[in-house]
Amino acid sequence: MKKNLAMRPMMLAALMSVGLSAAHAQGSAADGIAKYREMLQDGNPAELFEAKGEDLWKQKRGPKNASLEQCDLGKGPGVTKGAFVELPRFFKDTGRVQDLETRLITCMETLQGFNGEEIAKTPFRQGEMANVTALATYVATQSKGMRFKLPQGHKQEKTMYEVGKRAFFQRAGTHDFSCASCHGEDDKRIRLQDLPNLTKNPGDGVGFAAWPAYRVSNGQMWGMQLRLNDCYRQQRFPEPKFGSDVTIALGVYMGVNAKGAESIVPAIKR
Amino acid sequence: MADPMRIRAALAGDTTTVRVLMSHPMTTGKDAHFITDLEATHNGKTVLKGMFSAAVSQNPFLSFQFKGAAKGDKVSVKWVDNKGQTRTDEAAIA
Repeated sequence: MKKNLAMRPMMLAALMSVGLSAAHAQGSAADGIAKYREMLQDGNPAELFEAKGEDLWKQKRGPKNASLEQCDLGKGPGVTKGAFVELPRFFKDTGRVQDLETRLITCMETLQGFNGEEIAKTPFRQGEMANVTALATYVATQSKGMRFKLPQGHKQEKTMYEVGKRAFFQRAGTHDFSCASCHGEDDKRIRLQDLPNLTKNPGDGVGFAAWPAYRVSNGQMWGMQLRLNDCYRQQRFPEPKFGSDVTIALGVYMGVNAKGAESIVPAIKR
Repeated sequence: MADPMRIRAALAGDTTTVRVLMSHPMTTGKDAHFITDLEATHNGKTVLKGMFSAAVSQNPFLSFQFKGAAKGDKVSVKWVDNKGQTRTDEAAIA
């Protein structure tokens, strides 16, 4: 890593003429994508999932025929506003750090009587898992415009941050990849997509502050759990289990790093 | 039954802009399932009629403008798909 940094000025000088035109092309492409997103924002289908989630939140469901309106997402029973920008966090009742999606499943289990383990095993976009995504979209949207400030007061929250940091930089798999390979430096892109540097606050509405999001290309709503699952799939890692420690730890790492970033959820992606 | 639409209608000057977000899979191919007809009405009078096909995206977004409405009037949108399912929702003009 150090060697690379030392070499960079030399390479920069050598590539200066090429670099200028490339930088220009990159800028206009990114502007084009930003414009495209702005146009889509007007009719973001994420709103459909948000509406579905709101309905699910208030509806009496499950073996216990109860709503989720008493669900404690960290700010007290039933408080949704501001909960998302402080998650993942430690929960006393479960004795572990949980993100929004795993916490919602806890509430579906304790309040509504669903089998949480069964839900966690359900593939994304199917059955109750699709409902978890819609619920997460609804709850997260209640914090739109608020800034991330994950708590780091509990020992387990600090441990999760450290574990997340190590997982983020761990290289493995057939491609010898890590999260940091794509998201460890500023101003990188893959094809025409800008890659946020997730080792620090990447800015408002970028990275951790942009999920759950609706993906126009496949018409799907993705929460952070599915986003992380896909990152690992793309790295040719074994895909992590839903809600497993590594996914929570990475959430804590990215969330704490994003301190002060504004949440734009529900976001829209190409 | 199909999930509800999100309809927003706003009056600016003499023009009302209606924005409709429909929840529909719009699938093509062997098990094609897509909206075929759409009709928007203002106080019972048709202001827009549309024929959709499988070429329209999943969860379609539609925006259109018309004149002659007042704040508080109702705009109603109805779609019918190739399986005979239908959905009607309405919104008040803001």
